[in-house]
Amino acid sequence: MRYLPLTPTDRAEMLQVIGAASVDDLFVDVPAAARKAELFDLPRHAGEMEVERELTALAALNRPAGAGPFFCGAGAYRHHVPATVDHIIQRSEFLTSYTPYQPEIAQGTLQVLFEFQSQVAALTGLEVANASLYDGSTACAEAVMMAQRVTRRKGAVLSGGLHPHYAAVTQTIAHAEGMEINRLAVAIDAEDAVIAAIGPDTACVVVQTPNVFGVVSDVTRIAEAAHAAGALMIVVTTEAVSYGLLKSPGEMGADIAVAEGQSIGVGLNFGGPYVGLFACREKLVRQAPGRLCGETVDAEGRRGFVLTLSTREQHIRREKATSNICTNSGLCALAFTIHMTLLGETGLRQLAEVNHARALDLRDALAAVPGVEILTPRFFNEFAIRLPGSAAAMVEALLEDDILAGVPFGRLDPQAGMDDVLLVAATETTTQDHITAFAQALSRRIGQ
Amino acid sequence: MSMNSVGRPTRAEGDAVAGFASLTGARGLLQDEALIFERNGWGKTGVDLETPSRSSSDLGDLVRSAPIGLPGLSEPEAMRHYVRLSQKNHAIDLALYPLGSCTMKHNPRLNEKVARLPGFADLHPMAPVSTVQGALALMDRLAHWLKTLTGMPAVALSPKAGAHGELCGLLTIKAAHEAKGQGHRRLVLVPTSAHGTNPATAAFVGYNVAEIAQTEDGRVDLADLEAKLTDDVAAIMVTNPNTCGLFERDIIEIARLTHAVGAYFYCDGANFNAIVGRVRPGDLGVDAMHINLHKTFSTPHGGGGPGAGPVVLSEALAPYAPTPWVVSGEDGFRLVEETEAEAADSFGRMVAFHGQMGMFTRAYAYMASHGSDGLRQVAEDAVLNANYIKARLSGAMTAAFPDGPCMHEALFDDRWLEGTGVTTLDFAKAMIDEGFHPMTMYFPLVVHGAMLIEPTETESRQELDRFCDALLALAQAAKAGDADRFKGAPYLAPLRRLDETLAARKPRLAWRPEPTTVAPAPIAAE
Amino acid sequence: MRFTKDHEWVALDGDVATIGITAYAAEQLGDVVFVEVPEVGKAVKTGEGLAVVESVKAASDVYAPLSGEVIEGNGALGDAPETVNAEPETGGWFARVKVSDPLEYEALMDRAAYDAYLETL
Repeated sequence: MRYLPLTPTDRAEMLQVIGAASVDDLFVDVPAAARKAELFDLPRHAGEMEVERELTALAALNRPAGAGPFFCGAGAYRHHVPATVDHIIQRSEFLTSYTPYQPEIAQGTLQVLFEFQSQVAALTGLEVANASLYDGSTACAEAVMMAQRVTRRKGAVLSGGLHPHYAAVTQTIAHAEGMEINRLAVAIDAEDAVIAAIGPDTACVVVQTPNVFGVVSDVTRIAEAAHAAGALMIVVTTEAVSYGLLKSPGEMGADIAVAEGQSIGVGLNFGGPYVGLFACREKLVRQAPGRLCGETVDAEGRRGFVLTLSTREQHIRREKATSNICTNSGLCALAFTIHMTLLGETGLRQLAEVNHARALDLRDALAAVPGVEILTPRFFNEFAIRLPGSAAAMVEALLEDDILAGVPFGRLDPQAGMDDVLLVAATETTTQDHITAFAQALSRRIGQ
Repeated sequence: MSMNSVGRPTRAEGDAVAGFASLTGARGLLQDEALIFERNGWGKTGVDLETPSRSSSDLGDLVRSAPIGLPGLSEPEAMRHYVRLSQKNHAIDLALYPLGSCTMKHNPRLNEKVARLPGFADLHPMAPVSTVQGALALMDRLAHWLKTLTGMPAVALSPKAGAHGELCGLLTIKAAHEAKGQGHRRLVLVPTSAHGTNPATAAFVGYNVAEIAQTEDGRVDLADLEAKLTDDVAAIMVTNPNTCGLFERDIIEIARLTHAVGAYFYCDGANFNAIVGRVRPGDLGVDAMHINLHKTFSTPHGGGGPGAGPVVLSEALAPYAPTPWVVSGEDGFRLVEETEAEAADSFGRMVAFHGQMGMFTRAYAYMASHGSDGLRQVAEDAVLNANYIKARLSGAMTAAFPDGPCMHEALFDDRWLEGTGVTTLDFAKAMIDEGFHPMTMYFPLVVHGAMLIEPTETESRQELDRFCDALLALAQAAKAGDADRFKGAPYLAPLRRLDETLAARKPRLAWRPEPTTVAPAPIAAE
Repeated sequence: MRFTKDHEWVALDGDVATIGITAYAAEQLGDVVFVEVPEVGKAVKTGEGLAVVESVKAASDVYAPLSGEVIEGNGALGDAPETVNAEPETGGWFARVKVSDPLEYEALMDRAAYDAYLETL
């Protein structure tokens, strides 16, 4: 077995040093009833070539996004990731290191986390950010729980434009904690509806922009209403590239901003691993979940970085911790940071503009298709359209033209009564040829 | 003769300078590397993008007007910056990394390669299921291996880390109790030696936490457990092998007592590596257990994540598992979502999409490489290596539980340091100067000055001996009164000890421009 | 000044008690990095959590040695938590509480009793 260095001679000699007759003697504490003499009913070991062959065969059964026209979004976006990113994250020192518990020999990881936090804080327009969470949806749930700690109130108002998965994850977690979640009716453009739902026990309002239908909104008024009622404003973003073009959550009055960072550096990966961005106002930081990296000096006065404020965390606070989270999404945060460093502000802004322009091209092409209604008034790189029939059926039909046409909203939320709504996205990876092919095929199939 | 070349001495001349320091802060190949924010990269970019085909004027005042304040670097600068930073990290690929309870084993690069196949990496989670049959098949195969290895009938794949798996397990248990009219149960019992995530998770789910005492020999105190098991108990959370590196001999009795009061047995599977391929938790009476794919199944730790924490479930708990899950039918594989009838009892969704696919491919490649025989050897070699370290070091250091074998990790306390003026922390920092990552320190909490050493099965005997020789030499130095070697350590790392008090008192969590300098507005790239 | 077994001290002036942690506790904690002082108006009961004091690797609850209502928290600790280490039994006080039952004070240990108690640890 290529991964196991011990030879039979090593094992025999080591058992002698230990003073055990056989390796079975080392398992004496296992109850006899649970000791299995025989191998489990699974295949025997396999060579590198055989394993690669099996996985390559499985991969070949899938249709990758890049294999042809592709318009899926809804919380996961296909972007080009520079080759440099994947090279650096595969360096041994980043890939095969652990949580930086020993800062003297983990300054690489720690400085990256500090840069990551600084980038996220700048992007969200807030003062501090943590070292990342699992993904955008869990970051959303953590933000709601944090609002409960800060305000000591039990209510949370979720906008009807919040990604249904995010709403579901938040409901699952917050329900267990005894919070009352008021998820407003799903609607394309109803962010302001949350204002009327704010009450004296509201800990936070959660609004997504661009929302799940792609609608971009200025949430300043909502933030003002939340603050007037003593509640926190949480702004959710599932497409981090939009930060390059749109007003930041902080600028609009957010107290906490959470986002899915997958668009920058990470890739689609069939849903994970991704990287949750979490930023907040500095005065709230002691109630924040997850790891934080901070600046300090070493014994010789040289600048260095450490994990800090860890008394909030489970390994010290145990049942009184701000969250049960033990890890971050380190390698994805590294990928995010490298990609963002390569982009810089100039590149990010340009990337965002290209995304927006491409989505406008897509809208114009689809708007010209008879029977298609554009539902999203102002959007970034994704919008909703209404089709004459089932969106899921149309997506299946367009597969025959080798087009991945988008995400039927009914798949995210079957109970919303929006089975004719399709979410479509365009990014810098979308070509004009793909847009033309999509519009033509859609036109043909609606006509049938 | 023609003098077309000039010889020069190659040996150093002059005496060594005590306390030598470079003029730039560099240490040979180790550069003193500034933050990206300090390199005047405002307006710089390392990507070439097309010019947008149209303006964003349709968005009006939704467009940001103020600059973001993000620097950029060209590609060569970015490459150097991050490569220089990487050189300040310890890594498994450099040396033994004996963090107890973390299972820092070799990360095969085959796993990286297959995870990057476009057929897995470039798949959208909401792509039509007919276009992702291979991905769903892989999830199904992974589930089959996990169920077979644990002897459990069901598995929830979506949790994104070990602690997230614990959350999944307790939410499942809570849902099961509520479904049976047992929602009044308020208490979760956790041994004093438990990892902090256990009580944190129980509290996060809204349970009260009570501790179970530990016996002299490092196991759950059965009498104390029995006394605390009432019909108010929803679950116990026990790590097995436990955080002292010991197998809970009474595990079957623990399960029996727990079930007798109608509570569930949650097993923290962090230490599954010690028994994989040899012992099935299902045979021990476990109802739910998370498996850290980044530990036992070697997906890379990546500087602290991403992890993956699938949870295997007993028959009693399976109906309450989180959505979505994969099933196979006549038309191939599909995902069961929360709104479907067959998920009526599910406690709901705990992540957007379906979990850590990138970790599933890696873990599956690791399992398929080892097979049933290789995985059994993994457990045996992991346990053998730990006992070898325990045997070699026990003469100089005090094992916390000297009697009997340990499992995959060897636990020492700090009694042997008494009178030397050296603490566990000092000793750990001195290990850094010898080229090793320190072991887990001060955990578990039940052992004074704990040093928890987990070598894993992927260490050769030569590396184990190199490690033991280094620790024995350090132990000798500590006992010989060479306290300075320890109190000031590390001396040879990229940085000396860091001031964590300063970091916590005056938190600086993000780069800020100095008050006198203002980040200039970015200039459009040419 | 009176003391508890959990290493809080109390100084009573009329019906106003000033509360902090003892020099012994401050030393055991190590460098204090943060103190969460209670809000004014908070009603506290003997033995319940009054404040939280944190060092780099430890977080400890400070319990109310007697019942009453918080009338002042030591806001200066926000910027200077190190005062708890430097002057634990003077400038490093945590809160002032208007006590509801001054007799509770008499039941606490005096300095000599507390010192004797420390000897047993």
